[in-house]
Amino acid sequence: MDLLRRIALALAAPVLAVVFALAVSSVFLLLADASPLEAYSSMWSYGTRSDSLISMVNRAVPLYISGLAVAIGFKMGLFNIGVEGQYRIAAVGAAAVGASVTLPPLLHVPLILVTAVVVGMAWVAIPAVLKVTRGVHEVISTIMMNAISVGLTAWLLANYLDRRSSETSLILSTGLIPESGRFPSLNPVLEWLGLELRTGSNLQGFVVIAALLGVAFYVVVWRTRFGYELRASGVNASAALVAGVNPKAMVLKTLFISGGLAGLVGMSQLLGFSYRYTTDFPVMYGFNGIAVALLGRNHPFGIALGALLFGFMDRSAQILDLEGIPKEIVVIMQGVIVISVVVAYELVRRYRQDQEQRAVTRELAATEGGAGAAAAA
Amino acid sequence: MTSPVESPPPPVTAVRAGFADQLAVLTRFQRALLLAMGGVFLLSVTRFVADTPELTSSGTSGAALRLGIPIGLAALGGLYAERSGVVNIGLEGMMILGTWFGAYGAWQFGPWWGIVLGLAGGAAGGLIHALATVTFGVDHIISGVAINILGAGVARYLSVINYDATTGGGATQSPQITTKIPLVDVPFLAGGDLFGWSTPDLFGWFEDSGWFLLADVGGILKGFTSNLSLFTLIAVALFPFTAWFLWRTRLGLRLRSVGENPTAAESLGIPVYRMKYLGVTISGAMAGLAGAFLAIVAANIYREGQTGGRGFIGLAAMIFGNWMPFGAAAGAGLFGFADALQLRSDAAIQALLLFVALLTGVFAVRAAIQRRVVPAALLAVTSAGFLTWFIVSDEVPRQFVQFTPHVVTLLVLGFASQRLRPPAADGQPYRKGESR
Repeated sequence: MDLLRRIALALAAPVLAVVFALAVSSVFLLLADASPLEAYSSMWSYGTRSDSLISMVNRAVPLYISGLAVAIGFKMGLFNIGVEGQYRIAAVGAAAVGASVTLPPLLHVPLILVTAVVVGMAWVAIPAVLKVTRGVHEVISTIMMNAISVGLTAWLLANYLDRRSSETSLILSTGLIPESGRFPSLNPVLEWLGLELRTGSNLQGFVVIAALLGVAFYVVVWRTRFGYELRASGVNASAALVAGVNPKAMVLKTLFISGGLAGLVGMSQLLGFSYRYTTDFPVMYGFNGIAVALLGRNHPFGIALGALLFGFMDRSAQILDLEGIPKEIVVIMQGVIVISVVVAYELVRRYRQDQEQRAVTRELAATEGGAGAAAAA
Repeated sequence: MTSPVESPPPPVTAVRAGFADQLAVLTRFQRALLLAMGGVFLLSVTRFVADTPELTSSGTSGAALRLGIPIGLAALGGLYAERSGVVNIGLEGMMILGTWFGAYGAWQFGPWWGIVLGLAGGAAGGLIHALATVTFGVDHIISGVAINILGAGVARYLSVINYDATTGGGATQSPQITTKIPLVDVPFLAGGDLFGWSTPDLFGWFEDSGWFLLADVGGILKGFTSNLSLFTLIAVALFPFTAWFLWRTRLGLRLRSVGENPTAAESLGIPVYRMKYLGVTISGAMAGLAGAFLAIVAANIYREGQTGGRGFIGLAAMIFGNWMPFGAAAGAGLFGFADALQLRSDAAIQALLLFVALLTGVFAVRAAIQRRVVPAALLAVTSAGFLTWFIVSDEVPRQFVQFTPHVVTLLVLGFASQRLRPPAADGQPYRKGESR
């Protein structure tokens, strides 16, 4: 019963949150004179089509990596809210480098990825150094860095990197990354497995990298000394300090890993889809990554589920516009899920604490009763 | 601890009163005034040398006021929440709700109703934040991030269902707000009307004189006293009101005590949860007002992305101002000024480089007098760098001016973080009856 109970309690929070989010969204749908049931059922039937599922995975990949970047910080109580700026500036740097050289694929792709990681790390270095030397809180400094990255990328793109195909185009763009720098599609694998693909459907190969990163995350955090010290610092920083963990070194290392991961967030888009950085490069992966990390409780498996859920919602909402329902309902749904999932986790935690307290009281009472009986005898 | 009786008398004769000591005698208000006067003097020198009248014109200072108000109101919002011990990263989301509901109210029922609805929309966001952080003990930053996502989503959704069928409105913007809040000029100072009699325009004359310093002071003050929306006056009044409320009333003291030491506050019978709810809801209301100001006064329309991160900047202005209302106002003014220059004149932006060179030069001299060698050298090098940049370059990229406030914030945090004093229990979740 204990195992079942534990699983039920672990699932209770996310399930409660999704149900609550559906309820709130229903109110908003009713405000727009739309039937919530119809909306949800058409989302479900469209979202579970094979091409939608592939799109869901593609959409989940950047969210997943962003979630990992946020989660490694959370594991030691650091809040890297700057993933948004880090992935953006890393994507610009990687696109510029990738488009400027032609190399064999086995060198070209790693070069682009390494550039992205290094730029992401460089961008997080400023808040990291400010934190360990001057005690500046990373939330405020990374928010500032996000805003700076917006201006800086716009300036770089406008002045140095613009290689638009036509002068009349309003969208600025870096040069195109040649074939050798692109990431292969997984479609051949799916076909080899005997799956029929709809036209236009394309499973991006970067999902493999994302999965490997997830495994690496698990190994580093739960199976290495560094990971142990990381978690120890997160649970009780002063105890970790007494045990000989250097807190400043931990902050630096963790933020650098986080920034490096953040650098990879835009790579599935860059190497698997657009092959260039443009002014309409997708945004918000950083902030949604925070949501996904919270949903998945900072565990790589949980984060994967969270990312897939967000990917599913984004994809399946596309059908709503055809039915005259604003697809923005999905953003409301996601916002409500984030806030209600943390509330639900807290409620479950309190419930569990309460149960443990009761169990202890019960056992104490039982032994005391027994002792009393023994004394009487 | 030594008792006051044992402590030796200060060695009065031994110390030669230097300039710094004289400064220390001044009250905070006098020091702020002195600082402002010094700033205006440097600006005036810059305007004169670089020959850029836009730097201190009434147009620029008026624009700085208009652009600074939303940032300042957001900063006040941050102040109320953090003084009660709750960090409010969700200001941006609450501000978005303020822009939407403000514009909707103004479009449907007139601008004053817009202000009321904008305030209510922001307050609703604050209430959600309070529910999550106070009642459920959720991490303040997580709840704030969620509210930012939620605010943007709700505004977009409501726009689609309310504005799609209107003329001029759509998924990303509201129709134009046609009725405006009246504008006033201050009588005698900026030539405002008094009972139908048009009074002299004192600051206007100063500005037109073109004299060194006088024209600059006149221009800046004229901007602050003419073409004022009544909403601006209300917003400005909220700063002294906040100072009075938080530092001079019993309720304000209680609210602050909860932010400093909730356990002690609770032991004195102060309702900690209720105080936090109050602080965070007022915080949301202020952010809502900031949004309503953007939509109703600054733009006459709701537009998606209108807040442009001003909620975050407001938070930065509050930190810049050391969690004090007038400090926050000064921070907001600085950010507003940077914004205004960017909108109005390229030459003035370039002149700003000279201003920064002069400013860091003054601080370098000060550090040298105080014999702090390393800061003095660093400041001198910075000053020389900006001076070279000013002389060599023709114009500063606009994108740089855009993020100047953010760089300034990072610098302030990096160099002055020891002087900043946030409320002692800021950001810590508090649960009734739990000892620490």
